[in-house]
Amino acid sequence: MELWQSIPFACILLPLGSAAMTSVLKGRWARYWTFCVLTVVTGLSAAFVVLMNGYEGSYTYMMGHYAAPWGNEIRAGMLEAVTALFFSMIMLLSLMGGLKKIDEHILADKQSLYYVMLLLLTAALMAQVYTNDLFTAYVFLEIMTIAACSLITARTKGRTLVAATRYMIMNLLGSGLFLLGITLLYDLSGHLLMSNIKQAVASLAATGQYQMPLTVVIAIMSIGLGIKSALFPFHTWVPDAYGYSTPTSAAVLSSLVSKGYIFLLIKIYYRVIGLEVIASTGILDILFGFALVGMVMGSISAIRQSDIRRMIAFSSVAQIGYIFMGMGLGNEQGMTAAVFHIFAHSVCKSMLFLAAGGLADASGNSKQFRDLRGSGFRSPIAGVAFTIGALSMVGFPFLGGFTSKMNFALAAMNGGDIRMMLVLIVLVISTWLNTIYFLKTVITIYRKPLEGANYPVEKGRRGFCFNASLVLFSGVNVALGLFSQGIIEAITRGLGIFG
Amino acid sequence: MAKIRNDYEHSWWPRLLQWLEDGSTRLDDELTAEMDESREGHLLPTHEDVAAHEAKLEERRNQKLADELAMYAHAHEWTRTKGAKLANWAYRIMSVVICVSIIWVLLQTAAYLPPFGSPDNPVNNEVSQRYIEKGMEETGAVNIVAGMILDYRAFDTLGESNVLFIAACSVLILLRVSSDKHDPTSVHQLEVEADDRMYEPKNDIILQHTVAFLVPVILLFGVYGVMNGHISPGGGFSGGAIMGAALILYLNAFGFKRTERFFTFKTFKTVSVCALSFYAISKAYSFFTGANHLHSFITPGTPGKLFSAGLIPYLNIAVGAVVCCTMYAFYTHFRKGDM
Repeated sequence: MELWQSIPFACILLPLGSAAMTSVLKGRWARYWTFCVLTVVTGLSAAFVVLMNGYEGSYTYMMGHYAAPWGNEIRAGMLEAVTALFFSMIMLLSLMGGLKKIDEHILADKQSLYYVMLLLLTAALMAQVYTNDLFTAYVFLEIMTIAACSLITARTKGRTLVAATRYMIMNLLGSGLFLLGITLLYDLSGHLLMSNIKQAVASLAATGQYQMPLTVVIAIMSIGLGIKSALFPFHTWVPDAYGYSTPTSAAVLSSLVSKGYIFLLIKIYYRVIGLEVIASTGILDILFGFALVGMVMGSISAIRQSDIRRMIAFSSVAQIGYIFMGMGLGNEQGMTAAVFHIFAHSVCKSMLFLAAGGLADASGNSKQFRDLRGSGFRSPIAGVAFTIGALSMVGFPFLGGFTSKMNFALAAMNGGDIRMMLVLIVLVISTWLNTIYFLKTVITIYRKPLEGANYPVEKGRRGFCFNASLVLFSGVNVALGLFSQGIIEAITRGLGIFG
Repeated sequence: MAKIRNDYEHSWWPRLLQWLEDGSTRLDDELTAEMDESREGHLLPTHEDVAAHEAKLEERRNQKLADELAMYAHAHEWTRTKGAKLANWAYRIMSVVICVSIIWVLLQTAAYLPPFGSPDNPVNNEVSQRYIEKGMEETGAVNIVAGMILDYRAFDTLGESNVLFIAACSVLILLRVSSDKHDPTSVHQLEVEADDRMYEPKNDIILQHTVAFLVPVILLFGVYGVMNGHISPGGGFSGGAIMGAALILYLNAFGFKRTERFFTFKTFKTVSVCALSFYAISKAYSFFTGANHLHSFITPGTPGKLFSAGLIPYLNIAVGAVVCCTMYAFYTHFRKGDM
């Protein structure tokens, strides 16, 4: 085993180990330390993608002195490498963009605890991406849930406390269902290691033994993770949680936490149960139906909002619908499109949240559309970034959103049954609705402000970090559109060796 | 209209017709007839007729508006009283139905599971076999459970101890009163907490004497549980919980002032951070050497000895310290008077 193959291990252990240390540092030092750790993790992940590119297949890495079914192990392939890079990069940029707001929203002596949450969240995401053991996945899923709750409550206001309570109730329901699923699956297969469970499940499916419990396991795991990632009928916690927390929290929650759960679900479908068995149970049809309804209903709810943050939050519900729709198609192209949309949406949504924070800042801290008029001129970089993000969400060519929409359509064509019709129709309706609310917002921020409104003189200059983060985010968004072919090839390669 | 009519009559077609028929146009005839009729009776409406008609229309419109308003009021009233009740009932019935159906599905599932305790269940495979047969030899821990959670699957337990730590941090974010002197709310809260500490009843003599006798015993038992975790039942989680309970009991009997002689917020932070860092660093070393098949200086030792089983006793101490501190921190933050 060569030294570079320890990078996944370092990416998990480094934030995990430094989290405890961060809690005793004073606010400013905790910030620098977190920044350093996240930069190192991002750099390592980038190097890992480059190195994995020249490496055929995937490998497993023992976490301890005991081989796999006895000890823990992690696994790395192309898909994991790319996902880890995107996740760590978005985490770093989101933190960078929201620094000033963190100062404003969180009390000085609680900031170091906030950074502890961010670091543990990073470690948990990395572990979620790389793990090859179902129970390890559950342990780090717990860390993600608690950290996400604290990210919401860190800004101690009445609204956020209510939002966090809702978030916690729904998410614990999801965790509970997932844990129940793991328990039942362990009872049926006798293993916690993903590849061993897959063998056991394949033999169960071949003999037709325990058919009914297996179906229930698949159903409750899918629904549990669906609840946690805000799939349509379970999305009621989204608008408050994303709408009132500090911008970094909103960006991280919408673009990383929910995506981590979806990545875990894809992993379970590929590596634990197997796509054929999943397809034979019909759960994909249910997810597909939820997703289609969510794509339309999320957008309709977004249109009705008068608060820019809540609008973006509802738009997330629609976009999660896109991802589940890709998974619900049940073929390789659908999954590839879903994974690509995970990246496209997370890069875009975190940027939108940060930019919306900047725009609101330039309008006297109001997030209402009527006050946001003309904010694009008062805070130019945030305005441009918001426009790029909105165009990407709508599906403007040369941006990430366009490629993923095209891939969804192509994947649906490839299926070629009733789903093709449904996907194409709903895709058109949803794109149309997206255009309505995103372009409305873009037009609003570039309109002449209301007569007699006096805005703060600050002119929305949010400092170097905020601007740099938005510029980098815009660059990543454009790069995602321009070099989508390479990324899709990497995803296809990764999914090919994923099973 | 008149313009169109004029245009029509002056165009070439009607003029041609007129010339052919050599008479008046149909329009002319009609107009003449109308003039004649109006000369006989007054068929055109008078002012009174128009006024009456308009009054009738107005009345009808008002009636319609009033009806509509009444309907809205009724509907609003209905949604507020009966409708709300119905919706509540519907929610309740739906929730009961959903719960019952989920319970039914899960019970059904349980009925289809492999029978409990049967030797040829899927759970009885090579994994548990190796844990039982070779566990002591490989990890050096007599207590197989300690060997499993702290050596075979130490990565999960590392995550698990961080779950405790992050839970404690969440409580701190939520409930810890900020020591910020500039923020009026936190200054007020600090005063309230100081008052709570001051006026806390701490003169229960029976409790104090019992606790003075009990706490050392409980603490000793907790330490025993932690230190012998790899030899006998017990371990970091259970022993740490016992020690935390002892601290809480002591706090209840003697109040903050005496507890803070040996356990303050700073102690909590130092102990948790040292324990977690030790856990993470030592296990990182162990993971790294294990994965790269390097030689590790950690050996199982002689099973049954106090300091045997490689890292397990030290990890037990670390986990015990984290659990103890977390329990105590939870208690103090949910109670009057901050830590």
